[in-house]
Amino acid sequence: MLIPHRPEPSPPLAILPTFVCPPERLSESVPDTASAPVTTTATTVPYTTVIGLEVHVQLQTQTKLFCGCSTKFGAPPNTQVCPTCLGLPGSLPVMNRKAFELAVRSALALDCRIASFTKWDRKNYFYPDLPKGYQISQFDLPFSSDGTLEVVDPKGAWSRKVGIIRVHLEEDAGKSMHDEASGVADTRIDLNRAGTPLCEIVTQPDLRSPQEARAWLNELKLLLVYLGVSDCNMQEGSLRVDANVNLHIPVDGGPDAGGRIAKTPIVEIKNMNSFRSVERALAYEAIRQYEEWQATKAEMGKTPKQTRGWDDPAGVTRAQRHKEESSDYRYFPEPDLVPVTVSDEWLAAARQAMGPPPAVLRQTLATTWKISSYDADVLVNQGGDLVAYFEELAGKVGEGKVASNWMQQDVLRTLNERGGTIGEFPVRPAALADLIGRVAKGDFDTSRAREIFAEVLASGRPIDDVVASMGIAAVDDDELVALCRALLAENPKVVADVKGGKEQAAAGLIGQAKKKNPNVNPGKVRAMCLDLIRQM
Amino acid sequence: MQPSDLSAVDLVNAVRQGDLTAVRCTEAYLDRIAALDGSINAFLSVDREGSLRTAASIDERRKAGKPIGPLAGLPVAVKDALCTTDQPTTCASKMLAGFRPPYDAEVVARLRAADAVIVGKTNMDEFAMGGSNENSAFGPVHNPWDLARTPGGSSGGSAAAVAADMAPVAIGSDTGGSIRQPAGLCGITGLKPTYGRVSRRGLVAFASSLDQIGPMARSAADCALILSSIAGHDPGDATSLDAPVPSYTADLERPLEGVRIGRVAAHFGAGVDPEVAHAVEEAFAAFRAAGAIIKEIDLPHADAGVATYYLVAPCEASSNLARYDGAHYGHRAEPGKTSGGFESALVEMYCRSRAEGFGPEVKRRIMLGTYALSAGYYDAYYAKALRVRRLIRQDYLDAFAEVDLIGGPVSATAAFKLGEKTGDPLSMYLVDLYTVGTNLAGVGGISFPCGFTKSGLPIGFQLQGPALAEQLLLRAADRYQHLTDWHLRRPAIAAQRC
Amino acid sequence: MALSKNDVAKVGLLARLALSDAELDTMTRELSSIVGFVGQLEKIDTSAVEPLAHPLDTQNVFREDVPRPSLSTAEALQSSPRHDGECFLVPAVLGDTGSA
Repeated sequence: MLIPHRPEPSPPLAILPTFVCPPERLSESVPDTASAPVTTTATTVPYTTVIGLEVHVQLQTQTKLFCGCSTKFGAPPNTQVCPTCLGLPGSLPVMNRKAFELAVRSALALDCRIASFTKWDRKNYFYPDLPKGYQISQFDLPFSSDGTLEVVDPKGAWSRKVGIIRVHLEEDAGKSMHDEASGVADTRIDLNRAGTPLCEIVTQPDLRSPQEARAWLNELKLLLVYLGVSDCNMQEGSLRVDANVNLHIPVDGGPDAGGRIAKTPIVEIKNMNSFRSVERALAYEAIRQYEEWQATKAEMGKTPKQTRGWDDPAGVTRAQRHKEESSDYRYFPEPDLVPVTVSDEWLAAARQAMGPPPAVLRQTLATTWKISSYDADVLVNQGGDLVAYFEELAGKVGEGKVASNWMQQDVLRTLNERGGTIGEFPVRPAALADLIGRVAKGDFDTSRAREIFAEVLASGRPIDDVVASMGIAAVDDDELVALCRALLAENPKVVADVKGGKEQAAAGLIGQAKKKNPNVNPGKVRAMCLDLIRQM
Repeated sequence: MQPSDLSAVDLVNAVRQGDLTAVRCTEAYLDRIAALDGSINAFLSVDREGSLRTAASIDERRKAGKPIGPLAGLPVAVKDALCTTDQPTTCASKMLAGFRPPYDAEVVARLRAADAVIVGKTNMDEFAMGGSNENSAFGPVHNPWDLARTPGGSSGGSAAAVAADMAPVAIGSDTGGSIRQPAGLCGITGLKPTYGRVSRRGLVAFASSLDQIGPMARSAADCALILSSIAGHDPGDATSLDAPVPSYTADLERPLEGVRIGRVAAHFGAGVDPEVAHAVEEAFAAFRAAGAIIKEIDLPHADAGVATYYLVAPCEASSNLARYDGAHYGHRAEPGKTSGGFESALVEMYCRSRAEGFGPEVKRRIMLGTYALSAGYYDAYYAKALRVRRLIRQDYLDAFAEVDLIGGPVSATAAFKLGEKTGDPLSMYLVDLYTVGTNLAGVGGISFPCGFTKSGLPIGFQLQGPALAEQLLLRAADRYQHLTDWHLRRPAIAAQRC
Repeated sequence: MALSKNDVAKVGLLARLALSDAELDTMTRELSSIVGFVGQLEKIDTSAVEPLAHPLDTQNVFREDVPRPSLSTAEALQSSPRHDGECFLVPAVLGDTGSA
């Protein structure tokens, strides 16, 4: 959401939000706000932060983009290489069909226009992790462009629609490992990653705060994981983010007061290893740029675009060396590949094969199962497997709300405590539905069911076993009548109170009934006792 | 009769029938290489032991009644631009001196599968850039017809090897004429197939949209034999054509009645040596006598071919040769010899490795291509060349609507003297005038001898055909070779008994 | 069109070719002449002509996503000028930045 402009032409530093970083501490670092909830609560800063993202996503293929080498993460160095990805003389690329299909799927999910004709280009530059001396990428005719992805606050407080400029398919580079200690030792090159298929997603500069950027990235990741496009594992580098950021600062009261908007030079931030880092780096950079602007009044276009690296432990961005001569990439059409044309039939099939994206799924869950959009959001954000679990459970239980409550209060809490995935969760939907069904039937109450649930999780035994071993058995009606008669005989005051119109007095009987037989259903005890008193 | 007196077709038949062993055949050619190559320098490496071993295994299989391939026992010389696991692959560059690829080029694999015997790797212009073979880092090749003259290039070693009977057939590659021009200057037959007809996988790339591998041999019939084994779709080369491979040998004898051959008047302009022009006109007459119809046609943009080629090829080459940077294989400069002015040790390693590893012509083309692709020049040079390339291709399409083949000279002159053009790169580029169009259009062409100069140098005739017209190109050349004996003439050096 | 020595030096760095001062002079002369020659294309009217980057008309050539054996590390490193048995070794690149 837009951060309101302050009309003051030259606002004092003191109004900067101190929760981010007091300016006098700029040289130190941005505090780690990881535990703070994601929020875009407007804070009164005298500028608008303008953010665009460039996201690289590794596609979930078995093999590389142009050769049959495995893309599996974590193999020993240079064991997943062949003449093609080593860039040996005479080697040639051949496009991986699955990679292209996954790329198209991600672009469709981002609501992009898919080009009917696309081709690949060579981006020429020298770097030892790029063994051919060029990267096969897409320049002027990317396979898709003009999309959007909206992120909506689950509580409905805000939303942001972010334009996608383009999505293109390219190959990854290898890895350079530097000896940080000496700085002069040789750099080691591992080319296992070289040639891994990457989708590059470039957004419009539509984001307006670090928090928004983080929330949007979460939504993007969820989407891509849902569609099976990528595992988006940032630790393994399968999702990487660069951010472009600058500030729009109203000068002389801004345009409304006859002034203008000053735009600070755009800075590209690299080396952010988590969405949290992205948020922190952007927060740091906004303040740094504001401070710099106040000192220099430097505006966009007058200095070349700067690249800064995020130093996560230090919590600062640092200028990276500018290499002027390497900025001329001399793109030209890759003559070793032929173009790809995408027919309407192909697109239709691709759409068909694609599951619903999270945004659609949230709505579907909310309407189909009559749960709140907040609950739907919580479920969907846990991923497709959990949603499948929920839908199976809800189908069997027949009550979306009840199933959702069990998911949120019991299943999710347990998963959070114990770790692991929903796929490995020991209580399968059928068993949980059975348990919930027995509560509905009145076999036992919800708190008893929770004890059973906990015991099933702890012991790993089937529900029936647990029920039997806990001595939980349905109490038949004759037994219940006898128990209630005994209770009434022991509690003449309660009987008198009820007869006198104080039905709530019957509640006092329930604890005693539980002592006599822990398996009795409190509701049934209450109803039976009231019936018997009425007959007295 | 010596094995070197037999055609490739006869050699494989003799081996198949047991009249000649693969070992004896291979040995005979190895002996000729040993005797003659000291003065010709056609080979960069010769694998005597390996090829004899291969030959012996073929003989054993034949004796055991096991199947043998269609090229069984046939010695083949392979241009050093094709990767071979068992012999170095250098592209005649210091950059790749001693380089051993861990894989065979697809064509090499197909030759091996057909039981050909790869006797050695032939000399060439460095990275296939040149028309005289003087750009080899390992010394020029000498034309067997006159050792003071160029064999042409860049497949000069392959052409000279065949011309001097050091190999019955050879493999070349042709980016702007590199098979046809040396074939013409050495008096042999060379075919540049349609782009995509033969897999490029394992051919060290010069200009990817122009490169094509093809056979070089004494006759069209021998070229047909080789092409039958190396042509065809390769799923490992995305630019390989997935089209059926006809029998190139079966169709050769069909007469040329009614075949229309185009003649381009501009081919006989000012720059053409009169002796060449005369021999070429005689060849047209021979085709007419064989039943072909000669028709005047025009290729309006042919003059622009060389300029177009010298933008497209260097641009692609500047990128294709970026991988030779000393980082992962190939020549790396020793560190720290200069103080340098480089921004980092890495950049210094790159710049000096490439400066030391590449020869002057390769550097010139890398520089030209880098310049023509760089910001501010791309549209004026590279993009402009691509537009003219379309015009040139359209010329060919229009021409092939009127005629079946286009005839003419391969080169404006016969073989020139070594050193004659080395001081002037541009004059060397103009040597490609008649051949670059074929590559720019992506069609096929064949070159074969059609006469000799008074001084005894071969003169070549070129036929160009539409896409996938290899059958017709080979048939037309073969029919011509049944009417003439130019292709049977041998240089004096080849007559030496070894 | 004449190129300046400075132009040529810039191209040399872009192409990662170290050129001595004398080589720069020669290269400047030769490139100027070649660029002048190829510049003749300027005279051809191509205003209505689309670029043709490749002679093939084929499209949509794919391979299936099926793993094939890789080289061994020893094979991968066999031609490396410098390696440690696991990785290629190159002079320090620290301070430079790669890009994806």
